[in-house]
Amino acid sequence: MAVQPQPFSGAEELPLELLHGELVCSEVLLSKDKDINELLSKLEFIGFSTGYRLIERLLKESPRFKDELETIKFICKDFWTAIYKKQIDNLRTNHQGTYVLQDNSFKFLSRISATKQNLEHGPKFLAYTCGMVRGALANLGIASVVIAEVTTMPTCRFHITITRSV
Amino acid sequence: MVKQVRQISGVSCTVQLSKRILSDRIVAGTVRIHGPNFFWLKRRSQLDNARKMSRQTARIADPKKVNSELFTLTYGALVSQLVRDYESVDDVNKHLERIGYNIGIRLIEDFLARTNFPRCHDMRDAADKIQQAFKLYLGLSPGISNWSNGNEEFSLTFESTPFAEFVELPDSCSNLKYGNILPGVVRGACEMVQMEVQSWIIQDTLKGDNITELRIRFIKKLEDAIPAGED
Repeated sequence: MAVQPQPFSGAEELPLELLHGELVCSEVLLSKDKDINELLSKLEFIGFSTGYRLIERLLKESPRFKDELETIKFICKDFWTAIYKKQIDNLRTNHQGTYVLQDNSFKFLSRISATKQNLEHGPKFLAYTCGMVRGALANLGIASVVIAEVTTMPTCRFHITITRSV
Repeated sequence: MVKQVRQISGVSCTVQLSKRILSDRIVAGTVRIHGPNFFWLKRRSQLDNARKMSRQTARIADPKKVNSELFTLTYGALVSQLVRDYESVDDVNKHLERIGYNIGIRLIEDFLARTNFPRCHDMRDAADKIQQAFKLYLGLSPGISNWSNGNEEFSLTFESTPFAEFVELPDSCSNLKYGNILPGVVRGACEMVQMEVQSWIIQDTLKGDNITELRIRFIKKLEDAIPAGED
């Protein structure tokens, strides 16, 4: 009985999903005083270095982006598709360096039941992705702060604020 | 005179004209017959162009590869974070194994659900299935070799260290077992199907060996025990 792996059976996504689950929920990254903020910053940094390196692999042979908006659009479409197999559902901007990316069924939240009681755990599942976006932008020459919020379970928003260095 | 103008989607459009008014009619005919189709063709080519352009601005490698690279990079970031967090490398090895174990006990469920495999009847059978799991989840095909006499111990050999594609170990980490998550995964997964195994890495390309070798030894069959608190 041989396994016939389908081209996109979803099996190859599972290791990352489980690893991410382990990062978030196991005690390995927790410091001795169990400071949740420190856990979040570690997760964010893991995401940052992943995103920073991944973007280098993805855009090996592509020309420079025209402007900031195009870069963000790339994040919404191709970057998101490469990682989460879907595009960002909604992108809004005030044209002054703030962008809001909305994902209506975020992969890492889709396995959590959508009741209010799990809401407090939301930030942990988003920190890695925040870091990833920040890292990707950093390697494209854009310094930013990325914050995520979740109000109802699989939906979440990422706020990207571009910090202009003087 | 019959002039075949163009064949579009299986319908041949013929225009029968007298020689005298040929030029006018052809023009008119061309416009009428090809009008929408020409438009369609143009739209198509515009779309193709747009697609080509977007491909130029953002050329993403195939998704499967991105996936494995994403895993590799995330794992790398985790290992470096742990090296920073814990003073002793042995602790890091232990934690990586533990993470692997936790992943293994979840992964086996997905594996059984996907493949519908029955219970393994011996270690050779189990080795085959572990090999197939590597193929399914990581796209790797390790070799199986070095069976012990009683068929209770075998090696999985990889040509390179799995998910160490972009990795180089600094001298200060010579004791670090970079891929130590793998023995953990194997142990956790086997435990869920009532097999206690021991697993460890004996050769590692990161340490200068030619291949990476993961050794797996069968310890014992776990029996179903009565749950605590029941008679």
